[in-house]
Formats: sequence, structure tokens, C-alpha cells
Amino acid sequence: MREYIFYFLALVSVISALMVVFSRNPIHSVLYLVVCFFSIAGHYLLLNAQFLAVVHVIIYAGAIMVLFLFVIMLLNLNKESEPHKPIIIKFASVISASLLVLVLIAAMVNINPAADSHPTLHTIGMVRELGDTLFKEYLLPFEISSVLFLTAMVGVVLISKKES
Amino acid sequence: MQALTKRSKLVSNKKLSFIEKLYLPAILGGLKITLQHFFKKKVTLKYPEVKREFAPVYRGMHVLKRDEAGRENCTACGLCAVACPAEAITMEAAERMDGEEGLYREEKYAAKYEINMLRCIYCGLCEEACPKDAIYLTDRIVDSEYTREGFIYGKDILVEKVDDRIDITKRKKKKGE
Amino acid sequence: MIAYSILDRDWSFLTDKLILVGILFAVALGIAAYSTLAERKIAAFMQDRIGPDRAGFFGILQPIADGVKSILKEEIIPGRAHKFLFILAPCIFMTVALMTYAIIPWGKDLIINGRKFSLQLADLNVGILYSFAIVSLGVYGIMIGGWASNNKFSLLGAVRASTQMISYELAMGLSLIPIVMMSSSLSLRDITEAQSYWHGMHWNIMLQPLSFIIFFTCALAECNRTPFDLAETESELIGGYHTEYSSMKLALFLFGEYVNIFVSAAVISILFLGGYNFPYMNEMGLSPNWVSILSMGALFAKIFFIIFVFMWIRWTIPRFRYDQLMKLGWQIFIPLCIVNILITGLLITLKIYH
Repeated sequence: MREYIFYFLALVSVISALMVVFSRNPIHSVLYLVVCFFSIAGHYLLLNAQFLAVVHVIIYAGAIMVLFLFVIMLLNLNKESEPHKPIIIKFASVISASLLVLVLIAAMVNINPAADSHPTLHTIGMVRELGDTLFKEYLLPFEISSVLFLTAMVGVVLISKKES
Repeated sequence: MQALTKRSKLVSNKKLSFIEKLYLPAILGGLKITLQHFFKKKVTLKYPEVKREFAPVYRGMHVLKRDEAGRENCTACGLCAVACPAEAITMEAAERMDGEEGLYREEKYAAKYEINMLRCIYCGLCEEACPKDAIYLTDRIVDSEYTREGFIYGKDILVEKVDDRIDITKRKKKKGE
Repeated sequence: MIAYSILDRDWSFLTDKLILVGILFAVALGIAAYSTLAERKIAAFMQDRIGPDRAGFFGILQPIADGVKSILKEEIIPGRAHKFLFILAPCIFMTVALMTYAIIPWGKDLIINGRKFSLQLADLNVGILYSFAIVSLGVYGIMIGGWASNNKFSLLGAVRASTQMISYELAMGLSLIPIVMMSSSLSLRDITEAQSYWHGMHWNIMLQPLSFIIFFTCALAECNRTPFDLAETESELIGGYHTEYSSMKLALFLFGEYVNIFVSAAVISILFLGGYNFPYMNEMGLSPNWVSILSMGALFAKIFFIIFVFMWIRWTIPRFRYDQLMKLGWQIFIPLCIVNILITGLLITLKIYH
């Protein structure tokens, strides 16, 4: 039964991801992206990574996509106002996207499916194990990334302050 | 400057103290007041079953009175129309014919008597002006209508029925009669 | 999570849960329906009135009358509205409001015929985070509804409502961290169990009063209740995001709000008022099943009290201005929460708590 759920979720995520790109209405794109995030959260659940799934929903679906929606709704983008892009940009985007796909394929080729049998993998998604790993093994990267976030926050405050 | 009323208060824009800035004591005080009201006696009357009594000085729809024998008091003197500040009253006089003594008290009577209830301001000056004890304001309420024409009340509505007298003792008592 | 655990268990587990889902659904909607009556009654009583009392004794049938009225009303979909999203929005709002019920522990386990019957749909080990995820999804119903109406005032209302919700989510989350630190778990059942000491009176409200006040205020803001009901302002701003809605779709929005109130009252009771714990629950010498039933009653009593306080506050405190609202959320609550986290951390390190 778990395989069926996986296939269903995979189908939903692939289709919605494609719809993000192909739909003409930006609001639809955003909503498809939300659906895509949900199906990915479902994948996390299937891998028993509950913390990751919930945090994924909170941060991406709950916060970031809401901000996207805000901006798009308030700017009132629609088909008519879409700027016509020069052909060079189209070429460049196609090439860079293909390169990205190439990189992804190259990365996927070396994945070893047998890693699923790793003993700690089934519990790594739980909060306690995640906290242990983050604060013991990966303490330095964790702290560095938090400094990064702090910098971003200070930057936001600086930008939003009016110059006087 | 002299205060206009005794209740006026000086506004002071003093800085709030720390406790006041928390707003919590003020909020709790407000909650206390609303809770006291929660247990207070309710003032609502269940309307169609229970009706609130009108004040004795209430001025509602007019009535044209008859005397004890059932004869109309009004003589169409026109004093009420003159007194009316809203010019709501019009009337046409007519002479009493032989055989109509049972209908009208005096030799002259109002053949037509109309009050435009949309113009009327229910001031009661017609009542004060009337020398014949004929018009009174009652505690009845003027019904709503769909057209403006419907609000022009004629004698058919204003004159009290012989067998259904309207009690105006409260108004009389107020006037000291 | 739910899907995962069902896959690995037997069918009786599934039927248990399905029965519980059915009961919860009925109870949730019933309580939400009667909250509307309670709201009107409490409003009336605080204003020295009687309130609705014509439909049945004491107005008992009023919610049914309201529901019938909503269903029978004409349904209007604005001409250039996005029809699909317009219909989807209230459904999302309602569904999201009901989803939090899954993780609330309603009482201790019942044991029927030697089989354990849990009064909780799913004991997630990330329970609180799940409830936050759900709360953050509530914004979508409002945003989509406001946008799909094709009315700029609806859109503005939606923006107002969702900025408020997003802003207060932060303070809400931060105010909970001390609780999580003290009970060292994210599961709502563990948090409840952690409050069962001191004869069932080890409630978090006594140890974390500041957290409680902040969380309570944020819950008011999340539910769009007075004094933070700028999103709706029924009286002066022709509604907000639901201006263009009519009939049952409007009713779903309004009803969803009462469901939200019930859920937040439940979460507040669990996090701060000891959940299903009541004083001397283990010393009374009752059989475990009786204790379970009484504990459920205790939880519901707490929930009803919190709902009453919500309504009490609504008829007491005037509305905030928008800039005051944002200032309170961002400049007062968030720093207070961070200070509270630091103090709690200090106290836990010094072993004063625990």
C-alpha cells in the first residue's frame, strides 16, 4: 500500500510542478506550487521524517508561498502585462535549465537505493534525533547558518529604514 | 475661561506609568464591569406579549372626540389648522341639516377633516387650540403605509367610533381639567 | 503521521479511529454551532438584554434556524470572479479549521473489554508544530477568497486579515517555546502529562504566565476576534475578505471561525490549563475508565471557559488601530517572547524548573 501512496504523491508532485511552469495565470502557478509542496511533505512523511514534513509545510506553504501570493495578487499580474522577453534570454534560460537537469541526473546516477536499510535512517526524521544531530555533529554549520540568517534580518531592517 | 457645563473635565496628557502601560489592569477592570452587567436584571420586554407603557404625556395619533350622546364635538372652527405649525390639518365646514342633531353637537360641523400624518410633528398644539374639546392626541401609533396618500387620514380614521370610544382621561388629567 | 501509522496496524485500529473521527466531527460542528448562540446570548447578557429566545426554549433551536436560513438564501457568484477558487476558498477555510482536531488529546485512554481506546486521533511527536502548520494554512482560504471575488475591497480585506495572521503566528510560536522547553516534547499528550504533577495542578499557566498572556492574545488575533477583528469589522467596513460571499459559503466562513475558536480554546487549555488533568484525579480512587470520562469532562469545561472568556473580551475591549496591532505583534510580543525564552532557559539550566 505504501508503494501506491508513493506513486500517487509522486504523480501529484510531478504534475503540479509542471503546471507551475505551464499555467499562464501566475496565481495558478503559485497555487500549483503549494500543492507541489504538500505532496513533497507527504513524501517526507512516507520516509518517516515528520519534523521535516511539518516544518516544510509551515515554512514553504505557510509563509513563503503566502508572501508570493501577496505580491502577485497586489501587483495584479496577468497575461497582458507580461513583458515580452528577447530571444536571447529565452535561449539562456533553456540552456541553464538543461544544465541543471544534467547536474541532477549526474547526481541521481550515483544514488545507492540500498541506503534505505541504514539503521538510523528510520528515526533521523524525529525531532529528538534531529536535534541531537544538529546540536552535536553539525553544531558549527548550524551556528554559521544562524549567523547568516541574522545578517539577512539586519539587512532587511536596514533596507526598510528610511534614510534620514 | 469659564466651563460651559459642570461636568466638563480638564484633559491631561500625562505620561502613563509602567503599570498603566501594561494595560492589563485596565483590561481586567473592563472585564469586571462587563461581568457585573452579565448578572444584572435585563431590561428587555418580550414585545408582542408584553408592551411597555407609554408616558402619560405621550403624543401619538389624533382622535376626534364625540360627546356622551355620540355626537361629534368638532365645529370646523379651524383653530387647530391655524395653530398647526406643520400645516398638516385641512377641513371643510358644513351646516347641520334638520334631523342630523344626533350626529353633530352644534349647528356647524366638519364635512371633511384631514390630517397629513407625514407632515404632523405630534406637537399637540391642535389639542391646545381646540375650544370644543374635540381633538386629542392619543397613545396609539400611526401604522406604516406603502404610499404617501395613505398617510392622509380622513374622518373615517380620525373620528372615534360610537361603540368604540378612545380613552383620553390621561391627556385631560395632564391638562388639569 | 496518520497515514503512516494506519498502514502498519490492524483493521480494528482503523475502525476505532473512524468512529472517533465521526464523533469528533459531530461534536466539533455541534459546539461551533452552539458557539454562535452562546456568542449572541453572552453579548445580549453583557448589554443587559435577553438575546435570541424565540426559537425553542432559551433559543435552543436558533443555530438550526440560522443554518436553514443560510442554506435557503440566494447564492451569488460575482460575474468576473474566479469561479473555482471562489468556491474552493470557504472549503479550504473550513477544512483547515477542522484539521487541528486530529491531534488534541481529549482525555485519558478508555479501556473497553480489555482493549485500549485512545481518546486522541493521532499522537504526533510534532503535535504543536502540526497545529502551527494548520494555522498557517488558514491564511490560504482567506487570501484565495479575497482574490477570487474580483473586488479590490475584498482583496484589501484579505491582505489585512492575512498580514495580521502571519504577524501573530510568529509571536505565537515563540511564546510556546518555553512550554516545549519545560515539557521537553512537542507532542500534546506529553505536554499534558507533564502537567499532571502536584496532584494534577502543575499547570503551565502558573509557571509561564507571560507565555500564557502572549499566547492567549495571539490566539485572539489568529481567530480574528475582538480586539483584533480588523479583518472583519462587521459593523463598519462591509466585512472584509468575505464581502462578496453569500448564502452557505458565507456561513462556512463565519462558521469556520467558530470552529477555530473552539480549536484554539482546546489548544490553550491543553498547553496552559493542564489539558485533561484535574485536581486529585489519581487520588480519588475511581476506576480508570471513570477517571478518563471525568478527565474529558474537565478538558471540555476548560474549553468552554476559554470560549466564554473569548466572548467576554469581545464585548469588553474596543478594537485596535492597525498600526497599534502591528506594533504590538512585532515590537512588543516578539521581544518579550525572546526574553521569556532566555529566562526559562536560565531557570532550567539552574534546575529551578524541573
